[in-house]
Amino acid sequence: MIISIASGKGGTGKTTVAVNLALSLKNVQFLDCDVEEPNAHLFLKPRIASQLKVHVPVPEIDEARCTYCGRCREVCAYHAIAVLPPGPAKEGSILVFPHLCHGCGTCSLFCPSKAIREVDKEIGLIEIGDAGPVSFIHGCLNVGEAMSPPLIRQVKNYMNPTKTVIIDAPPGTSCPVIAAVKGSDFCLLVTEPTPFGLNDLILAVEVLRKLSMPFGVVINRADIGDDKVETYCREQNILVLMRIPFDRRIAELYSSGIPFVLEKTEYRGQFNAAFNLIKQETAK
Amino acid sequence: MKTIVVISGKGGTGKTVVTGSLAALAKNKVMVDCDVDAADLHLLLHPRIIERHEFRSGHTAAIDGDLCKKCGRCLAVCRFDAIKPDFSVESFSCEGCGLCSLVCPHGAIHMQENVAGEWFVSDTSYGPFVHAKLGIAEENSGKLVAKIRQVAKELGEKNRADYVIVDGPPGIGCPVIASLSGVDCALIVTEPTLSGIHDAQRVIDVAGHFHIPVKLVVNKHDLNHGMTSRIEAFCREQNIPVIGKIAFDKTVVASMVEGKTIVEHVSGAIKEELCKIWEGLKI
Repeated sequence: MIISIASGKGGTGKTTVAVNLALSLKNVQFLDCDVEEPNAHLFLKPRIASQLKVHVPVPEIDEARCTYCGRCREVCAYHAIAVLPPGPAKEGSILVFPHLCHGCGTCSLFCPSKAIREVDKEIGLIEIGDAGPVSFIHGCLNVGEAMSPPLIRQVKNYMNPTKTVIIDAPPGTSCPVIAAVKGSDFCLLVTEPTPFGLNDLILAVEVLRKLSMPFGVVINRADIGDDKVETYCREQNILVLMRIPFDRRIAELYSSGIPFVLEKTEYRGQFNAAFNLIKQETAK
Repeated sequence: MKTIVVISGKGGTGKTVVTGSLAALAKNKVMVDCDVDAADLHLLLHPRIIERHEFRSGHTAAIDGDLCKKCGRCLAVCRFDAIKPDFSVESFSCEGCGLCSLVCPHGAIHMQENVAGEWFVSDTSYGPFVHAKLGIAEENSGKLVAKIRQVAKELGEKNRADYVIVDGPPGIGCPVIASLSGVDCALIVTEPTLSGIHDAQRVIDVAGHFHIPVKLVVNKHDLNHGMTSRIEAFCREQNIPVIGKIAFDKTVVASMVEGKTIVEHVSGAIKEELCKIWEGLKI
């Protein structure tokens, strides 16, 4: 079973729910796919056993072979290659903009002079380890890198289907979220009962409906704000799996990097109940 | 004209709440919401949309079932797993590189331009506001951010505005980089939690990478005094001015529910602190 935890709005409690769920269940593998701002390790404190650098392929031009024909520039959909043909008084030149490159491989395939080969560009790091009984993997995007989806996809290559896989997704509704949640059996959306929480929950629900993925909602800080999130879920027939009340102690534990189920053990049962509801939903 | 962007690294630290207050406090400015995939600032500014534009960007492959001979050439070359075994295109996986259409021997694949979202120029009681809505599950949010920043800049120049104030997205990836490029100052809003500190440091590094001056605000500073001290010590070391500390207060949520900026909703300490933050930013 693969469960991803997403939210639309940031800071609603994705990592809190993911970490505490992981610590309440048995036989869990935890994947932190919020590679721009990975945080789960601050709570799970894993012992890292191995580190791997993650690369994407980018073109490298052999100017000795290049005839400046411009075919690579024509086929590149991302304007990542510029070609300046030689003139009467100057030599030709060719420029690659690696931060625009998506690594599709079109340029090297279509170069008639075989002047393009793909070389690895490092974009981040994957770390693998254990946090007690929980298997832990996360990706960490290098500062200054723009594209997180290739790193997210590589983190997910380490999924172990014999375990309950919990994926902590990034906020938002665009490509990094899709890369993280795609392929999950169920997505758990964490929201808060505020106008911002509701606005972004509605967007996240649209994403999951577009992906045709079963989902349910956890309402965090359930007793602040207003009741519009509850009303929305009722009207849209959306399953509310759990409500976590606002509790200053939970906020304090969070601020110090302590998963709250370690102190408030009564929540383990609630997370297990939510997990059982998820199992029922996915069996339908 | 100066451009100020409010960012945080971590989501939910209070970027939009702070930006909303700046909208109420700053005179003669253009407001921009660059969190294009989960925009919230409009819930405080209540825009009346004056202009509405399609945002066209990128392409998606479309396979003509009548021409397709199911030879598998497209499947073999696609690196984004966007072509399913039944030779249909999974549009949210397609990155629009066009390789499949170039290699298809039967001319069965063409690339369609995406309508990837919409952007708006609005009027608000706080002045002009440029905002956008990225289509659900679309990509190229960085390009949409760059587009609305350009529109806001032109509008600001035309109006002889003193400031462009930008509500930024969370994270450190492409929309954040597009929000930061060429601004005069980045205001980091963080919270005294391990995650808040960790993520603020990463986004400060990104700002440093692009040589953007940084100032910092600690939101909910009284939630964990030890962590707040750690943030202040870090900022001293890095020469980052801490221009304000906002206390945890339930009226912040109440003002959001009312759809008001905090400075208009409450008086007292929080309002004074936000006024101080705006003074600290203006310099």
